[in-house]
Amino acid sequence: MRTDVLVVGAGGAGLSAAIAAKESGANVIVVTKEYPTRSQTCMAQGGINAVLYGEDTIKNHIADTLKSAKGLADEAAVETMCKNAPDAIAWLDSIGVVFSRTKDKRIAQRRLGGASHPRACYAQDYTGLKILHTLFDYANKLDITFANERYLLELIVEEGVCKGALFLNIRNGEIETITANSVVLATGGYSKLYQNHSTNSKAASGDGIAAAYRAGAKLRNMEFVQFHPTALKSSAILISESARGAGGKLLNSKKERFVDELKPRDEVSLAIYEEMAKGEEIFLDITHLGEAFINEELPQERKLALLYEGVDPLEEPLPIKPAAHYTMGGIAVEATMQSSIERLYAVGECSESRVHGANRLGGNSLLEIVVFGKIAGKNAAQTPTNSLHDLQAHIDSAQAKIQTLFAKEPKRNFYEAKQKLADLFYEKCGIVRKKDDLQEVLDYIDEVQGSLELYGIADKTKRYNTNFVDYLEFENMLQIAKTVASAALANEKSVGAHRRGDV
Amino acid sequence: MKIKIKRENGFVEYKTKSLLTLLETLEEIKATQEPSLAFSHGCRSSVCGSCAVRVNEKEVLACAHKVQEGDVVEPLKNMEVLKDLVVDAQNPLRTLERSGAHLQRYEEVALDYDDEKRNALQSDCILCGSCYSACPVFSVNEAFLGPFALTRVWRYVSDKREGEPKTKIDAIQQNGVWDCTLCNECTLVCPQGISPKQDIEKLRAKSSQFGYMDPSFGSFGGGFGAGFGGGFDGSPQF
Ligand SMILES: Cc1cc2nc3c(=O)[nH]c(=O)nc-3n(C[C@H](O)[C@H](O)[C@H](O)COP(=O)(O)OP(=O)(O)OC[C@H]3O[C@@H](n4cnc5c(N)ncnc54)[C@H](O)[C@@H]3O)c2cc1C
Ligand code: SF4
Ligand code: SF4
Ligand code: FES
Repeated sequence: MRTDVLVVGAGGAGLSAAIAAKESGANVIVVTKEYPTRSQTCMAQGGINAVLYGEDTIKNHIADTLKSAKGLADEAAVETMCKNAPDAIAWLDSIGVVFSRTKDKRIAQRRLGGASHPRACYAQDYTGLKILHTLFDYANKLDITFANERYLLELIVEEGVCKGALFLNIRNGEIETITANSVVLATGGYSKLYQNHSTNSKAASGDGIAAAYRAGAKLRNMEFVQFHPTALKSSAILISESARGAGGKLLNSKKERFVDELKPRDEVSLAIYEEMAKGEEIFLDITHLGEAFINEELPQERKLALLYEGVDPLEEPLPIKPAAHYTMGGIAVEATMQSSIERLYAVGECSESRVHGANRLGGNSLLEIVVFGKIAGKNAAQTPTNSLHDLQAHIDSAQAKIQTLFAKEPKRNFYEAKQKLADLFYEKCGIVRKKDDLQEVLDYIDEVQGSLELYGIADKTKRYNTNFVDYLEFENMLQIAKTVASAALANEKSVGAHRRGDV
Repeated sequence: MKIKIKRENGFVEYKTKSLLTLLETLEEIKATQEPSLAFSHGCRSSVCGSCAVRVNEKEVLACAHKVQEGDVVEPLKNMEVLKDLVVDAQNPLRTLERSGAHLQRYEEVALDYDDEKRNALQSDCILCGSCYSACPVFSVNEAFLGPFALTRVWRYVSDKREGEPKTKIDAIQQNGVWDCTLCNECTLVCPQGISPKQDIEKLRAKSSQFGYMDPSFGSFGGGFGAGFGGGFDGSPQF
């Protein structure tokens, strides 16, 4: 298959890019390993930041973002994002997003952590869901082509220029190629490295970043992983910040408070971590907020707490822990969203676009995916036609890798290794990092990567082989894990989400 | 605890730990007993719509169902099974394109709180396909647009920002609103508390406003109905 612009990933970033490219006159194919509306973007509840009305200013938005980024953001990039925010909301309104409204005909806004004003526009309890589905409906209106259940294997790069990608068609197990004048990666983040210590969807295995890295693209700030302070203890399902905002208390096993709950995410997470290190269990107590409030503001959370922890937050404090929530690091991009590889663009959580720096501000990532998604799509649509020298060589090499994998007899269970890696990461490359711990993590990764011939897939069928897909994700996670732990080891300066406990 | 899962060659019984959600159970079976077991999942928090299956013949989200002794787990109906519990959602999704489920022409209107509530519930749909699986019409008419697509059309038609509601209504006359039997099965299985049946009734009322009639009443005077409808169609445009 051939197209002008190939977009990999169909979350908010991929769809925004595809729409912009299509509206610029390019032919577009969007590929996802799931279906578009199943992308993790649907999980965002809190909101999307934009300055819309008089009381707040774009200057405030820029200042709050820079402050939270702790010196690692680029002022021009932040300015582009914040200045374009009102237009992004107007555009989302024009395609039909059902934003929450006030009685006086305004788009409702609430205050998220680290913001000096109520600035997050939201759509009831379902901001990401409604933005994602509306983008999808609009993409259908534009007749954009989707290729679902296709897994990105490798990017096709020749002499430093990206010319397409190879995919596994999950449905029939065949390799498919799509060549293009430019490729936009919008494959999301890598928090799922932490497995059941992460709030993220299964899909957040960092596939796109790993593929770009293998192809030679530069990555940036990989050690920066944001931990959300309050996730349910066993399932790591997110309990929204509004629980603390409304007066929820954090308690240890002795029912004592130990931190000001309204501090920024990284500080609260650290306090919980330190408490847990003393052997304490941590609880979020919202029993005093009352049934009316909980049913109105936290209905999903109440349902999920009952289901996963068997605890009704109305009756008892919720057992919680901090969990990996957002990955600031990713593929290094310029203001155009182009990576260090020509014609390879990256946008959304898979990219490092210098807006979040050391600590992402709540509500800024949904904004980033829409504003920068459009920039990426527009620029990608402008690239002139190219030609490919040797497609078959790329196919052969991917085919050979798959054959080797299918020929292996698994002696070790990679699902166990994936869990072990996640536990190690949570403990030793999580909220506080130390040299020896990081070295231990790296040694484990080396050990597994060095013995990959022992890991393999038991299912050798072609049709819808999720054992195979899980394995591919596992290998990507190992590669990403190595870049994260190495970057954490090399960076001895504690800043934002990266905290060294030994220097 | 034991549960049965429908696989390629019929039902297979598995032993599992108790107290887990069905999704956790499936993941555990896959990681420790049966690596080839296929099922779809993503968010595990009931919002991505990936994991709908049938348990004891009723549609549920695997991530929202607590496993019970003897549960019988099957894939959704009315869709092709790709493997085990994974179905092909492609055809169901195409109903969204066929029914024109998007904002046709934006009319700039400042909405207030009450306007928002008109279609807030309909836009909670996670496209899990449960309603599509439960709908009896598909066994007699594969071309039916189906419950979630029609709910989504109502979501846009009822929106004050929609500048061309009639175009939306025109698109759902064939294999659409009048083909539904109003049996309400879709409502009973929706994990989001949406009632596609009620939305279809509202679309019928709206269709009537635009001059359309229930074709099953056609036998009472088809020619008249068609002619009259045609005349009415244009009038709101003046
Ligand atoms: C629980 C939760 C709550 C959140 N709340 C908020 C909030 O309130 N406000 C906010 O601003 N942000 C929030 N975030 C963060 C925000 O939702 C994400 O950063 C953002 O949605 C990422 O969008 P994306 O388009 O970059 O990636 P995603 O939405 O993750 O999409 C990635 C896409 O890439 C595809 N893909 C991945 N790998 C492959 C592959 N190998 N082959 C083919 N396709 C592939 C996937 O199928 C998917 O379509 C939240 C995140 C979580 C987890
Ligand atoms: S009410 Fe209509 S759409 Fe819903 S299940 Fe019955 S026939 Fe199908
Ligand atoms: S209407 Fe309900 S049952 Fe149907 S797809 Fe949407 S969420 Fe699922
Ligand atoms: S896994 Fe997302 S709805 Fe169940």
